Amino acid sequence: MTINTPDKLNQYEKELRNRNSSALKTEILVSMGTCGIAAGTTPVLDALKKEVEEGGYGDSIRIVQVGCMGLCHSEPSIEVVDKATGERAIFGNVTPDKAKAVVAKTVRAAGVQAIPRSWYYPEDEENTDKCIQARIVLRNCGRIDPESIDDYIERSGYKAVGRVLGTMKPQDVIKIITESGLRGRGGGGFPTGRKWQFAAAQKSDEKYVVCNADEGDPGAFMDRAVLEGDPHSVLEAMIIAGFSIGSHSGVIYIRAEYPLAVKRLHLAIEQSREKGFLGKNIFGSGFDFDIELKYGAGAFVCGEETALIHSVEGKRGEPGFKPPFPAVSGLWKKPTIVNNVETYANVCAIIRKGAAWFRAIGTESAPGTKVFSLTGKINKVGLIEVPMGTKLHDIIFRLGDGIKDGRKFKAVQTGGPSGGCITEASINTPIDYASLIALGSMMGSGGMIVLDEDDCMVNVAKFFLEFTLDESCGRCTPCRIGNKRLHEMLNEITTGNGTHEMLLKLRKLSDTIKDTALCGLGQTSPNPVLSTLKNFEDEYLAHVDGKRCPAKVCANLLKYEINDNCVGCTLCARNCPVLCISGEKKHKHAIDQAKCIKCGVCFETCRFHAIDKN
Amino acid sequence: MAMSETECCNSCGSCNNDPIMKMNPDKKRELESYMDTLSLGGDTDKNRGFLIQCLHKAQGVFGYLPEDVQLLVADRLGLHLSEVFGVISFYSYFTTVPQGRYKINICTGTACFVKGAESIVGEFKRFLNVDMGETTEDMKFSLGGLRCVGACSLAPVVMVNDKVYGNVTPKKVPEIIEECK
Repeated sequence: MTINTPDKLNQYEKELRNRNSSALKTEILVSMGTCGIAAGTTPVLDALKKEVEEGGYGDSIRIVQVGCMGLCHSEPSIEVVDKATGERAIFGNVTPDKAKAVVAKTVRAAGVQAIPRSWYYPEDEENTDKCIQARIVLRNCGRIDPESIDDYIERSGYKAVGRVLGTMKPQDVIKIITESGLRGRGGGGFPTGRKWQFAAAQKSDEKYVVCNADEGDPGAFMDRAVLEGDPHSVLEAMIIAGFSIGSHSGVIYIRAEYPLAVKRLHLAIEQSREKGFLGKNIFGSGFDFDIELKYGAGAFVCGEETALIHSVEGKRGEPGFKPPFPAVSGLWKKPTIVNNVETYANVCAIIRKGAAWFRAIGTESAPGTKVFSLTGKINKVGLIEVPMGTKLHDIIFRLGDGIKDGRKFKAVQTGGPSGGCITEASINTPIDYASLIALGSMMGSGGMIVLDEDDCMVNVAKFFLEFTLDESCGRCTPCRIGNKRLHEMLNEITTGNGTHEMLLKLRKLSDTIKDTALCGLGQTSPNPVLSTLKNFEDEYLAHVDGKRCPAKVCANLLKYEINDNCVGCTLCARNCPVLCISGEKKHKHAIDQAKCIKCGVCFETCRFHAIDKN
Repeated sequence: MAMSETECCNSCGSCNNDPIMKMNPDKKRELESYMDTLSLGGDTDKNRGFLIQCLHKAQGVFGYLPEDVQLLVADRLGLHLSEVFGVISFYSYFTTVPQGRYKINICTGTACFVKGAESIVGEFKRFLNVDMGETTEDMKFSLGGLRCVGACSLAPVVMVNDKVYGNVTPKKVPEIIEECK
């Protein structure tokens, strides 16, 4: 059935809201994102289905597969919704055995862990102080079946595009987006409205709307969660963008490493075509728009817009010179806008609720929210969405519940390989684009990795450079050769061959690369080095002067020794891969330092704290 | 020089020198019929837009991209072989060497890194006696790295073909290898 007028859509939405049989009392939402499935949600889902079927619950319970709820720390997680009262309860770490208790509502007795919700939905709910998170982008993630367009329509889906095509002119749409202050969520923070304005002003028979879903930042999975949990919201926003700049074709460039997101996008596009939201004469307005998927093939630099365009054209994904900007000459040399998944996911809410509503959330210079993937040495790893201007302290210690195993917080890395680290001294800074840059880091796409006292910052900087080396396309010299030299110096430092001169060179070369590299990847690649040098110079000096690694990470600077706690249990000797531990049973053992490969297996296996790592 | 099925073989031997003919005919047909569904035309620039998806398909069918396969794709799209190879060598997803039956990929994303992925890599290297990006001689295991799979809560993560192993420790490495055998 096609829906070709806004009235028909309203009617259909109403029907959907009444579609459930009156017998339906409970809905059980099961988190089926990639990470949920990896943690074992599938057997839980099967157990739930079986229990409902065999327990004679009939139509009173409906089981829905949803996308990521963001509670990675407690996967497999499920949410139980009481249809009569609207009450919702989330349960974490559910096993197939415990699924029965969830269905029978005897969760407390069965010891299933309930998780308090820390978010609210600014579109439907007022904030209460206890909720730090505000969900605009993730409003449907974990709440609807991403494979059902009906679920999306039931939650006001495609209403924004209905309103745009029915009542607005392209300029009106751009005006709302500009007034809302929405900025690019891929990291750069360029005002979205202004980008659209540039492209709209171009006179061309063909224009393109591109969605950048090439989320290559290691440790970031925000876009994947949106595409897996709420793909229609991105499609809808792309139609709106197409209308406002005068484009009829959209392209989603997605990583091949996200098979589930690809599958759900395919399905969403098909369903959307069936309903008539994509194709010819959408909502009877005479406006045509369609979307195709293009796959990446594992190149981080393709997240850069000119490189992405080259990749869509089937070329090597090397970045090009700007100007001309894509808004003037982009895909197939036609005016093109490239926006990130998360940016698009904001658009429909802005159209539905207005620019003033959006501006009321977040900060003056950066309205709205930002999604972060919070990972690393933290108790509650997860996907979170907070208003811009939220303090890092609140994110790490309230949402993340502090550092794992009671260790001491050291730093948080934002912006991935292009970003930097933020230390305890700055942890109360409200985060937005400007404040993070002032701290020597950047917003980036939203990876947030927490480091504790056991992480060596020199080694972390080396890790990010390794990534850059791998991913540098090699087109410009500063990035291709400069980063290689930086990496070599860091390698020397972490193996105990560093000198003071090297530290000076590191700084100088970093600045040169920043000033001279061709694209964003190269210009930001030395950031992890500069930021660790600035905040943790003492660690660099310890490696250079004292030839020691304070965090006890850099293997070449370590020495494993057996102390007097040793009871001679022989466990370490039996586990040592190079058989360099000797000693008689019930007598203190010794490590042959010449043979030791510093793998740390003895340290991990010893039950008597008899191995010293120095 | 492909021979149509209706023609009869006269033992001329030319097929033996035709690398494409040496390919598994079923696989070749699968790739060709996929390329038939694409709206290819005379415009090389537009055809090039289909290159990456063709290579994805080809690698899915053949497991890797040997020169014969590259030629087949290049011919169909009207591109030079050098250009096709240029694209293959740029993207880390594509490979021109055969892969082992079990592709062991260790996540080298940041979350896995801070939780000790390096020691897992070392252990796999030692056990399989291959370096990253290499395949064991018996063609059973390929060892490789993988950027974030987004299962950061389970870090460090190892993927064997499509199966995800979470919270891996060096001690679990032999178990994972054993499970494949």
